[in-house]
Amino acid sequence: MTDLLTMTGIVKEFPGVRALDGVDLDVRAGEVHCLLGQNGAGKSTLIRVLTGAHQPDAGTIRINGDEVLLNSPTAAIQRGIAAIYQELDLVPDLSVAENIFLGHEPARFGFSRRHEATVRAREILQGLGHGEIPVHRSVGSLPSAGQQVVSMARALSRDARLIVMDEPSAVLDPEEVANLFRVIRGLTTRGVAVVYISHRLEEIREIGDRVTVLKDGATVATGLDARETPTKELIRLMTGRSIEYIFPPRQEILSTAPVVLEVDDLTRPGEFAGIGFTVRAGEILGLAGLVGSGRSEVLETMYGARKAAAGSVKVNGVVLRPGRVQAAVKAGVGLAPEERKSQALLLDEAVFKNITVSSLQRFAGGGFLNARAELEAAAELAKALDVRPAGVDYPVRNLSGGNQQKVVLARWLLRDCRVLLLDEPTRGVDVGARSEIYALIRKLAANGVAIVLVSSEVEEVLGLADQVVVLREGRAVHIGPAQDIDEHQVLDLVMEGSAVS
Amino acid sequence: MSEELTQPQDQTTSTQATVTPPATTRSTRLLQGGFGRNVGLVVALVLLCLVGIITAGDTFATGANILTILRLAAVIGVVSIGMTFVITGGGIDLSVGAMVALASVWATTLATQQLAADYHWILMVSTALAVGAACGLVNGLLIAYGKVVPFIATLAMLAAARGLAEIISDRKTQIITVNSFVDFFGGSLIGVPVLVWIFLLVAAAGWVLLNRTTFGRRTFAVGGNAEAARLAGIRVQRHTVALYVLGGLCCGIAAVMLMARTTTGSSTHGGLYELDAIAAVVIGGTLLSGGRGTIVGTVIGVLIFTTLNNVFTLNNLSISAQSVAKGAIIVIAVLLQQRLAARATSQ
Repeated sequence: MTDLLTMTGIVKEFPGVRALDGVDLDVRAGEVHCLLGQNGAGKSTLIRVLTGAHQPDAGTIRINGDEVLLNSPTAAIQRGIAAIYQELDLVPDLSVAENIFLGHEPARFGFSRRHEATVRAREILQGLGHGEIPVHRSVGSLPSAGQQVVSMARALSRDARLIVMDEPSAVLDPEEVANLFRVIRGLTTRGVAVVYISHRLEEIREIGDRVTVLKDGATVATGLDARETPTKELIRLMTGRSIEYIFPPRQEILSTAPVVLEVDDLTRPGEFAGIGFTVRAGEILGLAGLVGSGRSEVLETMYGARKAAAGSVKVNGVVLRPGRVQAAVKAGVGLAPEERKSQALLLDEAVFKNITVSSLQRFAGGGFLNARAELEAAAELAKALDVRPAGVDYPVRNLSGGNQQKVVLARWLLRDCRVLLLDEPTRGVDVGARSEIYALIRKLAANGVAIVLVSSEVEEVLGLADQVVVLREGRAVHIGPAQDIDEHQVLDLVMEGSAVS
Repeated sequence: MSEELTQPQDQTTSTQATVTPPATTRSTRLLQGGFGRNVGLVVALVLLCLVGIITAGDTFATGANILTILRLAAVIGVVSIGMTFVITGGGIDLSVGAMVALASVWATTLATQQLAADYHWILMVSTALAVGAACGLVNGLLIAYGKVVPFIATLAMLAAARGLAEIISDRKTQIITVNSFVDFFGGSLIGVPVLVWIFLLVAAAGWVLLNRTTFGRRTFAVGGNAEAARLAGIRVQRHTVALYVLGGLCCGIAAVMLMARTTTGSSTHGGLYELDAIAAVVIGGTLLSGGRGTIVGTVIGVLIFTTLNNVFTLNNLSISAQSVAKGAIIVIAVLLQQRLAARATSQ
């Protein structure tokens, strides 16, 4: 059987990060090919290359043996490649039929042929086994499972020969997943190839034919049998690392160290429930879990950026008012959010303004800013954290990811914060700078700050944290010292249903 | 705690200093910054003045004419200062003209004038300011807490405020009979009209507020990235309300100035001020999407438009021709701005 798609030696670099470093992937017509890898392994980037959203810096893509250039999403669609993303790219206010034919509406002389669109939309939906979806309903009023079917119908309306599905089961309940699998099997019997991305191993066992494993932007194994390959082997392939990060040594947390942060029974319906833990001064607590497990939500709720439905957050024994960022900041809590650029930084402003934005009061007399004091304080911190380039009047936009993260940390250091919440502190930070950030985080803890760390990289959580909380679907499934658990066990806990001793 | 943080020990792993902004000389940085944009504006203004001198030199370059230009610029200038804050903070205010009208009408009702005649003209002034600020407060509350988009909230205020002004005045022009008011605001100080002084004062205060205070810094933060500002602990909603109140207050001041210039209060005052103010703010270099704003630019922007009007009028060209020229200037200015912004971010 010839391969429908062959990708060889795909390389994609972003400033400071080599997201893909020689990826190979071959997909056959009519198979479900599973793509496996930890967060940051390069799956999303690979899909963006495949669907024409990113151009690779090196490597070749062949479809049916012919080398092709996918230089735009349109080019990819014309080659029969379609993708269904986690955040569905549908227009909620248009009808089902309109969404299916968006961009290629049946038309004559510029007038859309609505009847034809309706009929053909119905045919396609029936072909997917979902003839019950009303084609005139607006897509926004459908449940997410229905929206996913519409997304697939759109792909088929373009005669897609290869459909990429990025964690399609994440938004579905078990019954809907069974339905999804039925649809996928229907597609493959027609010769359509499916590239299936999921973190849930038991799904891969059920629907997949072959597996390709990505790690650190490169293919580590390809063409594995989806049913026969042992779980242990898959996890080993995903985790065994070629790059060793240097984690600073842990420090003994004295039992006399005061408890700074107490989280008790924190709950937000639909996101997480009954989360509780305590963090002492100088201690680092790591939250591990998949995207959607509620880890970032827990952090943002502690910070007051989301309002807790139940439970409490105490800092130094004082209960924080729920849903109030101000209260948290005043109590000495700082947050380095997940989306650094959109949630933390004023990109076009100078470094020093980004550092002082949370502490302006300190430099103000009667509302007037003391520009020199502000500059000096920011410069001193930037120097202490070794923010490069030296000098605090460059726009933050021009800094590398690691240095931007240092600017965010400097912001909270300036406030002398006692609790620091770090959400994905090394996302977008290149490998060399990571050790530096790790050293910095450990140093902060040594200075008595209580730190809560969220990371999708299990190794990072285990290497840095003193205590580990593992979250799955909004529940804490494990709490304990970091030394007592290893990466495999955490991954087991995180990926439901795949028990490895 | 910061003192205890020393540089990381293992310099061998510090390989990330790859992104180094190009070393810019002081002069190029000045040109790329706010100063550079303002230089462009000043050049445009000077060119416009040259055209005026060449085409109507004997009347254009007289002290009296320059004072006329400044007097005309003063009212819309004050409105534009308020607008600069609102736009820098990520909003827009379409209701400024209507607020000017309502404030002018409310401050010149028979009752208010009677009180002012009995006690002091300050009552008329404070009425106008209070009306402006109150309208701004409604705008701000709707936008910050009601989550109505600024465009719609202030569009509603535009309609409602002007309608209310018509109801109060019964669509009649209200002549101001309080002579002390007219005498004070119509007068001059050291040869410069009081109206121009007010404009200068508001502009200076606006500059200090935007560039030298925590309020100004927070305005940039809120307009540049509201989510980041919120997570940094800034009270974004409260700040947004304050910005619209400030905008409304400026409209109240402008209403007083317009009352003095025309010696009337009228529901037709301030027609299309929203467009003139937005145009002046934008050609001045304030980013319509928020996060970047300049008072100096706004002032020059206002002067450019007023001078343009003056030159055209002196040459007996029609209002329609003025509008065409105005449109062209807006487009050219914004195109230039985008080029500069693109260059600044691509370094």
